[in-house]
Amino acid sequence: MEITMVVDGERVELTVEPRHTLADVLREQCGRTGTHVGCEHGVCGACTVLVDDEPVRSCLMFAVQADGSTVRTVEGLESDDGTLHPLQEAFVAHHGLQCGFCTPGMLMTALHLLDTHPEPDRETIRREMSGNICRCTGYMGIVDAVEEAARLR
Amino acid sequence: MKCAPFEYVRPTSVDEVLAALVAADGEGKILAGGQSLVPVMALRMARPAVIVDINRVEGLAAVERDGDTVHVGALVRHRTLAEQSAHPLLAEAARHIGHAAIRTRGTAGGSIAHADPAAELPVVAVATGATVTAAGARGDRWVAADDLFAGPLMTTLDADEMITGLDVPVPTRWGFAGFARRHGDFALVTVVVAEVRGQVRIAVGGVGAVPLRARAAEAAIGEPVERVAQLVGDELNPTGDLHGSAEFRRGVAVEMARRALASAGI
Ligand SMILES: Cc1cc2nc3c(=O)[nH]c(=O)nc-3n(C[C@H](O)[C@H](O)[C@H](O)COP(=O)(O)OP(=O)(O)OC[C@H]3O[C@@H](n4cnc5c(N)ncnc54)[C@H](O)[C@@H]3O)c2cc1C
Ligand code: FES
Ligand code: FES
Repeated sequence: MEITMVVDGERVELTVEPRHTLADVLREQCGRTGTHVGCEHGVCGACTVLVDDEPVRSCLMFAVQADGSTVRTVEGLESDDGTLHPLQEAFVAHHGLQCGFCTPGMLMTALHLLDTHPEPDRETIRREMSGNICRCTGYMGIVDAVEEAARLR
Repeated sequence: MKCAPFEYVRPTSVDEVLAALVAADGEGKILAGGQSLVPVMALRMARPAVIVDINRVEGLAAVERDGDTVHVGALVRHRTLAEQSAHPLLAEAARHIGHAAIRTRGTAGGSIAHADPAAELPVVAVATGATVTAAGARGDRWVAADDLFAGPLMTTLDADEMITGLDVPVPTRWGFAGFARRHGDFALVTVVVAEVRGQVRIAVGGVGAVPLRARAAEAAIGEPVERVAQLVGDELNPTGDLHGSAEFRRGVAVEMARRALASAGI
């Protein structure tokens, strides 16, 4: 099936198989391997992207369903000259990642969190990020990073 | 894992959805938010031959108050339900569903149709005495929530019927209490108390195959809250699993009932 999406500001026209998820198509047909796939059934959050500005699990949405949508992935976070997004800077500064597998989903979830909760306390950050699983960090660095990014806004 | 191949159709009206389901001859499946169906397909526990995507069907996404009832279209997302103010109990229940990314996509109709015994919206539907509208080739029919849930992940709807919406009475007093081990997890036990048209109804989720009415406790309304809550526990016959033993669940149910009754002011 033919679909059109805007991915990180770039218009793409693709032919996709209906059973392929948005995560698959982003990774394999759009070259955006920044979006990670962990569990492939909605529980780990690694594949979280924004579709029309709302967070979604890209493993639970077929790419055909994103036809006509605007998709934002972790690869659209940095600015054109390569400057990292303040959230990315904060993750680096606070050791918000170790292996980095969960990081794309963490960043996209945090981005939406900061949009909807401009001054989150640590409890809110923990609650809103609880759908994203990290096997490495123990979460403290992630919460610290999101807290700082919120403060700097 | 990846889903097995399927034929994909994207109708824009209820009639077209029904025609597609009939044409699929029992091999078709409605796709709404996909937050329950896609995992099941990814695990290959379901391999529908035809996916009927209802996300672009018009007119199913509104929350509207009509007298003492709120109509919720099948495609109303959990997020919208959580943010609306026409039905505060539904808003509270929707806030307990999963995480933001799940609430972006998951729908009211899908949650009811999926009939997960631990899901929040079916418990609210039973507690309030909601009515589900099911469209089928033979026209619409209206099913009371008490008659809808047949077992875990099973309803009394036919495979070629589609939920178009639900009418949920607005309770004059209500209480919602759920216990989950972690934020966003399915609740171990959910208790909803709702006073509708002068009658107090109590429904419990997570401890049986379907949301259960606690009728003995309902009959004891007026007695001390602790006593009514104890009756809720006495009526249950929970089974234990790795998330909690039967006795633990019963204990949690009594406490959730106490909290729900107290917050309803009953
Ligand atoms: C990580 C995670 C956490 C979750 N946590 C919770 C939670 O805490 N509480 C909770 O209640 N739920 C939870 N869910 C499930 C979520 O609420 C789903 O949105 C809901 O169960 C199904 O709704 P859906 O719109 O996504 O339906 P889909 O997944 O699209 O469909 C589910 C089933 O319903 C059928 N169906 C869908 N719409 C209709 C209709 N209009 N008419 C007839 N049949 C229809 C489909 O054919 C399918 O069989 C969670 C899901 C995930 C992935
Ligand atoms: S890969 Fe999508 S939630 Fe785990
Ligand atoms: S940094 Fe390794 S999973 Fe989070």
